Parts: sequence; structure tokens; C-alpha cells
Amino acid sequence: MGSELHKLTVSEARDLLRKREVSSHEITRACLDRIGEVEPRLNAFITVCEREALEQADAADRRLASGDDVPAMCGIPVALKDIYCTRGVRTTCASKILDNFVPPFDATVVAKLRAEGAVFLGKTNMDEFAMGSSTENSAFGPTRNPYDLERVAGGSSGGSAAAVAADECLAALGTDTGGSIREPASFCGVVGIKPTYSRVSRYGVIAYASSLDQVGPFAKTVRDAALLLGTLAGVDPRDSTCSARPVPDYEKALLGEVHGLRIGVPKEFFVAGMASDVERAVRDALRQYESIGARLVDISLPHTPYAVACYYLVATAEASANLARYDGIRYGFRAEADNTDDLYNRSRALGFGAEVKRRIMLGTFALSAGYYDAYYLKAQKVRTLIRRDFERAFASSDVIVAPVAPTTAFRLGEKTEDPLTMYLSDIFTISVNLAGLPAMSVPCGYDGGGLPIGMQIIGPPFSEETVLRVGDAYERSGTGKRRPAKV
Amino acid sequence: MATSLEKYEAVIGLEVHAQLLTRSKLFCGCSTAFGAEPNGNVCPVCMGMPGVLPVLNRQAVELVVRAGIAAHSEIAPHSIFDRKSYFYPDLPKGYQISQYETPVCRGGYIELPPKDGQEPRRIRLVRIHLEEDAGKNIHQPDGSLVDFNRSGVPLAEIVSEPDIRSAEEAGAYLRALHAILRYADISDARMEEGSMRCDVNVSVRPRGSEKLGVKTEIKNLNSFRFVEKAIDFEVRRQIEILESGGRILQETHLWDPVREQTRPMRSKEYANDYRYFPEPDLPPLRIAPDLIEAVKAAMPELPAERRARYIRDYALSPYEADVLVAEREVADYFEMTLPGLKNRKAAANWVMTEVLRVIRESGRPLAEAAPAAAQVGALLAMVEAGKISLNAAKTAFAAMCKSGKDAETTVAELGLAQVSDEAAIAEACDKVLAAHPKELGEYRGGRDKLFGFFVGQVMKAMGGKANPKVINELLKKKLAT
Repeated sequence: MGSELHKLTVSEARDLLRKREVSSHEITRACLDRIGEVEPRLNAFITVCEREALEQADAADRRLASGDDVPAMCGIPVALKDIYCTRGVRTTCASKILDNFVPPFDATVVAKLRAEGAVFLGKTNMDEFAMGSSTENSAFGPTRNPYDLERVAGGSSGGSAAAVAADECLAALGTDTGGSIREPASFCGVVGIKPTYSRVSRYGVIAYASSLDQVGPFAKTVRDAALLLGTLAGVDPRDSTCSARPVPDYEKALLGEVHGLRIGVPKEFFVAGMASDVERAVRDALRQYESIGARLVDISLPHTPYAVACYYLVATAEASANLARYDGIRYGFRAEADNTDDLYNRSRALGFGAEVKRRIMLGTFALSAGYYDAYYLKAQKVRTLIRRDFERAFASSDVIVAPVAPTTAFRLGEKTEDPLTMYLSDIFTISVNLAGLPAMSVPCGYDGGGLPIGMQIIGPPFSEETVLRVGDAYERSGTGKRRPAKV
Repeated sequence: MATSLEKYEAVIGLEVHAQLLTRSKLFCGCSTAFGAEPNGNVCPVCMGMPGVLPVLNRQAVELVVRAGIAAHSEIAPHSIFDRKSYFYPDLPKGYQISQYETPVCRGGYIELPPKDGQEPRRIRLVRIHLEEDAGKNIHQPDGSLVDFNRSGVPLAEIVSEPDIRSAEEAGAYLRALHAILRYADISDARMEEGSMRCDVNVSVRPRGSEKLGVKTEIKNLNSFRFVEKAIDFEVRRQIEILESGGRILQETHLWDPVREQTRPMRSKEYANDYRYFPEPDLPPLRIAPDLIEAVKAAMPELPAERRARYIRDYALSPYEADVLVAEREVADYFEMTLPGLKNRKAAANWVMTEVLRVIRESGRPLAEAAPAAAQVGALLAMVEAGKISLNAAKTAFAAMCKSGKDAETTVAELGLAQVSDEAAIAEACDKVLAAHPKELGEYRGGRDKLFGFFVGQVMKAMGGKANPKVINELLKKKLAT
């Protein structure tokens, strides 16, 4: 069966690489073999870059051999959601409209990882333009859940979550606009963090909803997520919305204890209709926190019921403009046409999938003359109220702990016919994006069918250190031990 | 028609786009240089590639603040950018980053040079805002091409109130605005290169009425003259419609410079709902009082100030000052002729007549048509010093325009120098007097008019190059004895 090196965590691999006990080439080879083995079943990748990955691994090995002052990610094989522009490597956003698009530049976070010597295994599957909660809206077919091939991996970053869960890579990058890191992390039983809006550069990350999109890592442990976030975060002169705050050493924040910490438990996040196993697992985790010295505080986020409606106005409005550039003129898919209007109409009609078109139309409508005030502007006001809910909650609590999704991974096709039901998968994650807060999904058990359950730890702006510390403390307490996926 | 023209009043507002004089584009580092090869000045940002983000050019902000200060506008301490959405092949992102509800500058006015005996007119501004330019579509028989060199170039959009009442006044407003933009180094404002563009809104109403009529918008105006002609045409067209009982449609017209008329665009070409909303990729633009003070302190001399200075310091008439100040190049040229000259008025006259004439007659820009200003200064200094006559200077100037040679060389080559050598002139005087005993007798007998005859004869004997002042003095002396 070959080596088991693909099962390593990032921090384990980093130590072994530094001690020269394994080579990046060996780990990369193991990951590529694993990809070859499971991809026919999972479909987590859109593009695998075998030759480039091995070249990068060899380069990393030379760098590792040349000295001990090597960056954290040197030689670590990772996967990138196919929303990141990668110089010279096809970047599709899981859309037919970008099927042939090869960017001439790297996204800032890709450039940062490249500079540290990370190895890029390939580009992972996702919902087209990150619009979806199951990775079923992909022009390249759905990604399957490594714990149950009949179920979804979650979305939109389903490919990245599944690839980490199935040990096809050591870690991966996703993006989170309304839950697109946390929900698939929860469904696939891995750690996924969405940092504070502006903590990580968005340059070169194909935009869905600019005021909500945020970059973040998937990893097998909280420690790995901390390590990766340290590489990704920080100011970028190419992104005017990116924060200039110094980046703390996130790994050092993992003190392993939460004594005296106030954990807010929002009543609006434990609702009728949620899966009982999910509620039980999160409640168990909360008791576990109490047992290691944290204090639980009942809180209320009263505007939570409006979050989904607010999100589907703000996000789609921004998306309707962000996706206007896919017009068939400069790059991407172009349909045969006799005149310019036909060129637009046909290229976009044939290039975009149904969900993308639905959201473009929704957003266009929300911004149209006569509707702007009633929809877009009203949604912005609701967004302010949601942000204030959290500000009030954080007056009495240090972090909030809640379920990531009301259920575990659902069956393929179960919700595709009914967009509204699908939108409700994000009911617990969306308000965090509207408020711009950091939140992490951490595995906290399995349901009766063996499917992973995730809880999310939400903090005030720029409290990533606390969020990571709280997740790490739970992980160390041993209750949420990861069961390997059976794929 | 004349009577119906008098019954109506035109109400005109102008929207001017001026390209800001920055080295790089508004949201990326690409060059703004004119005339690069097609798509030579582009990058992923101004090509609207997936995932790219705009980063605001500080220099563009300073220039639009400078425009606001020059136009007496209020500078917003806090303004935001908006996305203006429409599909066009030259618009790479499918939206233009512009400003909608919160422009950088609000209000202000442009003062028109006063006409004889009248108070100066002020045309109020609604706003000045920052936005990016689009690329350019190039249509060829075998297909269409797009050049994105202009995509993302910074523009100031300057919107006037509908304070303008005639084509002539629109022209005066544009010339005044053009002068401000050029004097303050905000824009080189070349209509022919597209670095200044103008859209016109025109309506008419019965004289005395306060209510605004239905307006039409006219586009594709790339010279001041076209603006004036288009307004004249459009005002007449609207009055004719109203007089014959018709109704004006709110629509956009294009100026056809060949037929000299406006024609409506297809409704599809302008029926847009731009769906403005705040640009989420750019934080609000904050303009600190410090920046405003710094821009004020560094403000170059504006046309009105220069006009006042010419009248005050150089004793020029208001008319002369207006003519010189109208074009910054001309005014700068005039000032560069001045070092070493006592007679500023003579320099002003020279620039207004000789220099402006060669520009007009050659149809070329000042820098190509006329010699360097310092050489014209040197030429005028020779006139002042009596080394050459004014006529000789004109001959030399004409030659310099063609040859590009300096003043001294030209005067020497053409043998234009005046002889001021008293001995030579005295000798010639003596010869002339000796040769004309009859006239000498008559002069001495009281025919004073013959003095001119003697001067002419001496000048003729000197080949026309003698200094007339010296001839006069010497002849007077000799005839008196």
C-alpha cells in the first residue's frame, strides 16, 4: 500500500522534515498516491498537479538541506480550493465559464505559501463560484463525503474539506463567505477556520461577495490550522481592505487551558428541527469545557432569524457585480455569436450553472432602481443589527460556542431541488460572516451513522488567538478524537 | 424663427471628464502614458481578471482635491466609491468604479472672464468626483478589437449646475475650466486626445419660466466648437418642436460633426439602470484637513490670479491679459520672453500678434510653430537696445520660425543689424547735404518738411540699416549750423 506519510499532520511533517527523517518528496509522493487511490470515488480535486508538486517538493528538500532556518510550510503538501488564482495553473472556480482560464498571477496567499516552499498538490472542487453548501453546484461533478460516499462533503469548499479528511493532503485552503469553510469542515470532520474579515488578503481569490469572503485553512488539528493561519494572515498592499494589524504567533497562543473563560451559548443556535445527535454532541462539548474550567453563559443573538435573508441580499448584490466580468470578451468561455449582446447572453447562459444564475438575478433585482432601498439598503441595516447582537454578546462572553450546521452531511441530491432548504444549511454560519468575526469549526463527535459533527467557536474581531486556544484545549481534552475516514 | 428664439431661454448643464495628470492608473500601477502600443499598459487589475482588487492612487486624490479647491468646492472629509454596472466590451469588470452619492468635492463654481462693463458670471458646480476610465473599442471590417490602455485611467468628472444660458456661455465655461485644469497641472485637458471630454444637457423653456423643460443629453463632442454648434443646433431643434406643438423626448443624442446636427442614439444604447452600490473592495476615502492644507499651499497660480498680476505688474489692459492668459502655454511663453526686457507691453504685443499669428497660420502647436521664447526675448532686447528696427525684428522672427536658428545668428545672417556708428552716419549725412544744395537752401528758407526728405536720403545711402534715431540727431545738429 506504500507509505503512511500522507496521514501526517502539518506539525508532525514539519518536525520530521527539519530532522531530515523524511523528505518532502516522500510525503508528496505519498499524498499523490493517496489521491490516485481515492479520487475516483471522492472527486475532491478538479486539477492535480503531479509534476509541479514533485518539482516543488524537490526544491523544498534542497532548501531544507541547505540550512535550518526554513519557514514553517516548507515542503508541506497542501491543496488549494480552485478559487485561488495560481500562476500558470488552470483556475476554474468550478465553472464552465473559466474552464480554460490560466491566471498569469498568484493570489497573495498562494504567493506567501510558495515563498515559504509549500508544495501545491492541486486545485480542489467546490460549488461554482463558491455558491452552495454541498459542492454539488460544480461543473466538474460533486465531491463525495469520505465518511459516506452517498453523502455530500458540504460546501462550498467541499473538495478541500474532503481532501484533508481523506488524507489526500496535509492541509488545504478554502474560502468562507457564509459558512463555506466551517460547514464542510463539520461535515468532513476536520478543523476549518474563517478568520476575521480583513485578517487575510483576498487578492487573487476569485470574488463571490467581497464584503463577506474570507480566506482560511482546513487542517487535521487546531495546531495545524494555527500554523497555516500564521502564514496566510497579514497586510497586503494589493488589498485595501486587508488589515495592517501585526500577526501574532498563533501557535504560541495554544496554551492548552481555558480556566475562567466565559463561553456564550446562544439560545437562537439550538433550535427545534436540528438533528438531536448534533445538539447532543455540542452540549457534551460544552460540558467538557465546564469540566476543564470554563464558565457557560446564556446569551441571545436576537436578529439571528434575519441572517439568511440578509445574507442572500448582500451576497447576491455583490456577486451580481463581481461576476459581470465573465463576459466572454477577454478570457474564459466564449459562445459563438453574431453580435455583442448575443455574445454576452450566450456565453453567460451556457457558461454559468443554475445556482450562479439564480444568485446573479437575485442580486441584480436587489440593486435595481426602485428596489434598492427595500432590499439592499434594508439588508445593510439588518447587517448592522446582527453585528451589534454580537458586540453585546461579547460583553458577557469571551467566545461563543454553537453548532456549525443543524445536521450532519446530507445525501447527494437531497436538497438540490429546493434552494431554500439548501440555504438553511448555513443558518448558523452566515451571521458570523455578516458580522465579520473569526470562527472555527472543530470536530466534536459523530452521529449514530458515524458522520462527523462540528462545533464552531466564534470570537470578537481579531481574537483568533483565543478561538484557536479554545479549540486546541478541547482537542487536547481528548473527547473529540478524530476517527479516520473509511474511504 | 428669430422671434421664437427670443421667446425661449436655453438651460444648459455640462458634464466634463478630465484625465488627471498621474503617472499611473487609478487602481493599479500601469502607466497612463498616451500613445503606447495597444494593450501595452495593462495588468490583471485593469484587465478585470478574476480575483483582482483595486488600490487607490493617492496622487489622483490630491489632484481631484486640487480641482475642488481651484473651483471653490467643499472637500468631503469622508467619501465612498460606488460600482456603476453596465455591460460593454471596453469595460473589463462589467462595472466602473465611480462615486455616486458622496463625491470628493461638492458645490463650487467656475468664474467666467467678465465681458466689457459686466460683472463676472459664475457657473455653479454640482460636484467633482473621481472615477476610472474604460478602454476603447476599435471596429474593423473583420471584427472588433479592444484596447485597455485607457482602462483604469483616473478621471475627474466635473458636473455643472444648469446655469449656462447659451452656446457662447458654454464655450466660455469650457475655456475657463480648461484653463484652470491646465494652470493647476490637474489635467492636460486635450479634447483632441480625449483627456478632456464633455457631455451636454440641454433644455429650453419660455423666457421667465422657472420650470425646467425636458432635457436631452448630447454626447460625442470632442472640441469646444462642436459643443457650441451642437448646443445651437439642439436649442433650435427643441424650440421648433415646441413651437409646432410637439413634445421633447428625454433621450441621448450624438453629435454628427460632418452633418453638423445631433441625432438620437438607439434607446438600447443608453437605457441603463446602473445599479450603483458602495464598492466593497475599497474602504471609505478619508481626506484629512492636513492634506487639504498641503494641496492649498502647493496650488500653482490659477488663470484669474495670473490675469490680475499681468494687469497690476505689467500694466497690461484687461483685454491683453485675457488674450495672453487664455492658453497657459501662451502665457508661460510670454513670461519666458521677459527676462532682460524693460518694455513688457512690447513683449505682450509681440506675443499677441506675431506669435499667435504663426500658431494660427501654421496650425501647429506653439512649441513647434514659434522659436523658443528666450530667443524672441533676445530679439526684442535688440529692438530695445536700438540694434535692429522693429521691421527688421519681424523679418528675423519669420526666418527664425522656419530655421529654428537663434536671434543673434539670424540678425547677423540676414544683415539686419542697424548701423549706429555715428562717424559713418555723419559721413553719409554730409554727402547727402552736399548732393542736394537746392533742398538744403529751401529747408534753411523755412521748408521744415524737407527734414524727412534728408532722413530718407541718408537711410537710403546707408542701405536702410542706419539707426533712425541717430540720423535724426546728427541731421538736426548739422542743419542747425
